Amino acid sequence: MRYAETGFNLEIDLTRGNIERVATDPRDTELYLGGLGTNAKILWDRVPPDIDAFSPENLLIFGTGLLCGTTATGCNRTIVTTISPQTKLMAFSMMGGYWAPELKYAGYDKVILRGKSPDLVYLWINNDKVEIRDASHLQGKGAIETAELIKKELKQPKAQVSAIGLAGENRVYYATVEQGRSSASRGGIGAVMGDKGVKAIAVRGTQDINVARPAEFMALCYEVLDYIKWREDNPIPGVIPILAILGSPQEMAIHDEKWHTENFSWGNARLRRKGFWTEEVSDEWLETMTKARTRLISCYNCPVACGAAISMPGLPTYMMKCFTKLTYTMAAMSNLEFGLTIAQRATEYGVDGYSTPQVMAFALELLENGILTDKDFPGMPQDNEGRFFYLLDKIVNREGVGDILANGTHWAAEEIGNGADAYAHNNIKKHEQLPLKLSMLNPIYFLMYSTGEKINITQIEGQFPQAAFPKREHREKFVTDWFQVPDDRFKQYFLDWEPRGENSNPYYPTPEMACDIVDWQERMHYIDDALGMCAGLSSFHLKPPYHIHNIPKFLSAGAGFDMDEDKLSLAAKRYRTLVRAINIRRGLRRKDEKPPEDHWKKRFPELEKELLDTYYKFKGWNNEGIPTKDSLHELGLDFVSEDLIQRGILAAGEDTLSEEASAISDRQQN
Amino acid sequence: MSDPKQKKTIKTIKIDVDKCHGCRACEMICSAFHAEPKYSSNNPARARIRVIRDPLRDVYVPVYAGEYTVAECAGRDKYTIEGKEYDECSFCRASCPSREDFKEPDSGLPLKCDMCEGEEEPLCVKWCTVDALVVEEREEEVEEQEEQEDLEVGLESLADKYGMDKILDAVARLSKKN
Repeated sequence: MRYAETGFNLEIDLTRGNIERVATDPRDTELYLGGLGTNAKILWDRVPPDIDAFSPENLLIFGTGLLCGTTATGCNRTIVTTISPQTKLMAFSMMGGYWAPELKYAGYDKVILRGKSPDLVYLWINNDKVEIRDASHLQGKGAIETAELIKKELKQPKAQVSAIGLAGENRVYYATVEQGRSSASRGGIGAVMGDKGVKAIAVRGTQDINVARPAEFMALCYEVLDYIKWREDNPIPGVIPILAILGSPQEMAIHDEKWHTENFSWGNARLRRKGFWTEEVSDEWLETMTKARTRLISCYNCPVACGAAISMPGLPTYMMKCFTKLTYTMAAMSNLEFGLTIAQRATEYGVDGYSTPQVMAFALELLENGILTDKDFPGMPQDNEGRFFYLLDKIVNREGVGDILANGTHWAAEEIGNGADAYAHNNIKKHEQLPLKLSMLNPIYFLMYSTGEKINITQIEGQFPQAAFPKREHREKFVTDWFQVPDDRFKQYFLDWEPRGENSNPYYPTPEMACDIVDWQERMHYIDDALGMCAGLSSFHLKPPYHIHNIPKFLSAGAGFDMDEDKLSLAAKRYRTLVRAINIRRGLRRKDEKPPEDHWKKRFPELEKELLDTYYKFKGWNNEGIPTKDSLHELGLDFVSEDLIQRGILAAGEDTLSEEASAISDRQQN
Repeated sequence: MSDPKQKKTIKTIKIDVDKCHGCRACEMICSAFHAEPKYSSNNPARARIRVIRDPLRDVYVPVYAGEYTVAECAGRDKYTIEGKEYDECSFCRASCPSREDFKEPDSGLPLKCDMCEGEEEPLCVKWCTVDALVVEEREEEVEEQEEQEDLEVGLESLADKYGMDKILDAVARLSKKN
């Protein structure tokens, strides 16, 4: 019997209309766990680098986390993997909600789509019965509207539906897949789904998911649940509200937005507005939120309600997630009411809440600076908010200048020319970032921004405080119950980290320490993404309920194979390296690994070079960021090095780690 | 004959629909607790509690499995409460032919909430950390009544479905085999 997983994937060839239920190899589960890990293995094996996002040979994989569908709290994530039309790299955006457990209960770990359907279709997975159904009547419908219509026509109110809106159908490079109160937003996954002619995947499942050692597994679940309750009553002192409690983050429940509105930049990631959060603004936004929010809502089997149902006057209800609450507001330099109103339309269209507002603000900057002209925006309203609605419609319909903007700021700037690239200033690897513009370089964040392959800071940061605490006594207090650290040396790094003076940014933490910290942070995210854990109860947070010490036990008791901290870290490193190898094969190199130029005012080119050099060595990568033959061998990935050598990306005899670097890496991993 | 009236502790689960976040942890833990062996599997379709949930209309109603019934109601009414429309079934505990809830998904046999006998409190209550489900105990004088065993309820529903003769035949055949 297979535990935690079903042992079956659903393979659907859309070109031929062929559906197969395929047994998976349990050895792959031990090596790559599940979710992101096994998704990456499939993508490496089956999508060579000459296949682009909109090629029929590209795969679109909806993978469930290994522990989804078990009693493990907050373990409900779907990891969607494909090639991104925007970055041309591997995209692996994720969503919470209810879809992954439902797919497990239907008897499948993944749905793997290949080919292209000649007509718009949707998939209906009802336990063993799987159908490809006509979706021509759903063409142009909103993502939420589509889910409702499908549940109605199937007479299946309990079905869970992942759907695209018009943006996905029109292959907008930052189109999303929407589901429940969540979405897989980053990397243009919705565009690939639209390109494949799939409007939605509806799932209903009524079968069992088994766990290997039930009593042991339940004891672990109770430990986590009790800790969640304890953390709720004991927020971490001295940090901003969203970091003090659990959740991802609890944007809908917490009203105080001083930190976001004054530290993040407005417009096209340009303007810091110190002193913005006045009592007047606070009162106005509280009123807007209170009127709009009908209920705080959770994902499957999670007590933390990070989402909210939002009903704006005269508009259909939608479900808001995380920071989309503020991105439209801030890009348009407007208020919360505008943000919540336009987010309704954006959610139905199915577009990414980070990229979309930024692309619109970018377009208006180009207009202000004469690079685009009024002729490019025929019929655009005069008022600020009206212009954003206008642009959203143009982009999603790919009309006029909207057709260019629909490819994101990087590609739009390239096509527009005339100096437009200076305005596409907030990208990493061609992908729009959160609008953070800060003063002093932080070595930990430098590495995370540069090398993160999810290309989204919230999907790599966490565990370690974002900044030094002012007083040593606060730091000492913080480390007293910090049992989540993999090793006590992390406590020391933090204790010695000062806001000013010798032990402060950018030279402290030292490059070696920064590597160690970033590696831990990234590892926890990769583990979450294989298991389907929400980062809001795990990797994103300080002192989370799930950590390196209890997750191996969950795997042993749940999935039934021997797991310990070292083995888990090795598995995470294995598929993390595989993600890198996929991207290396697609052309990713050192030159691409950098934060936006203006992310910090104070930059230190020599230090940054040292940081990246040290980190690459730490990771077992050569100076170009390519995993070395030796390090691939240690991970059992010889098939990767063979491929990279054959392609001339790695030379057969080179790239063993220097002894010095090995020593650092040994010291820090032991 | 002894006095048929006896003091009995009655457990009431108080359901506050306004507090429900719709996470369905109650369904999940219920199905795990009632699995054989205990906690060995998860499948909300086997749960004896269901959250009737329609997020876009703000409908969240946790309902417990009650008595098995052979026939569905002739007419099913709709209630409007504070502007929200509910099916009558949203409040009904019956394991009934009109819906798939409260039946074992493979056998179709009826399910009934047993308040997690043996546990200090029903586990759905324990797992509902937002207190949409809270248990309350009170003493009441009740007439002593034999509780119908699970087996009996199951047999009754099978008899309703297939007729008693077929059930007896099947039992006879099975006992010969064994």
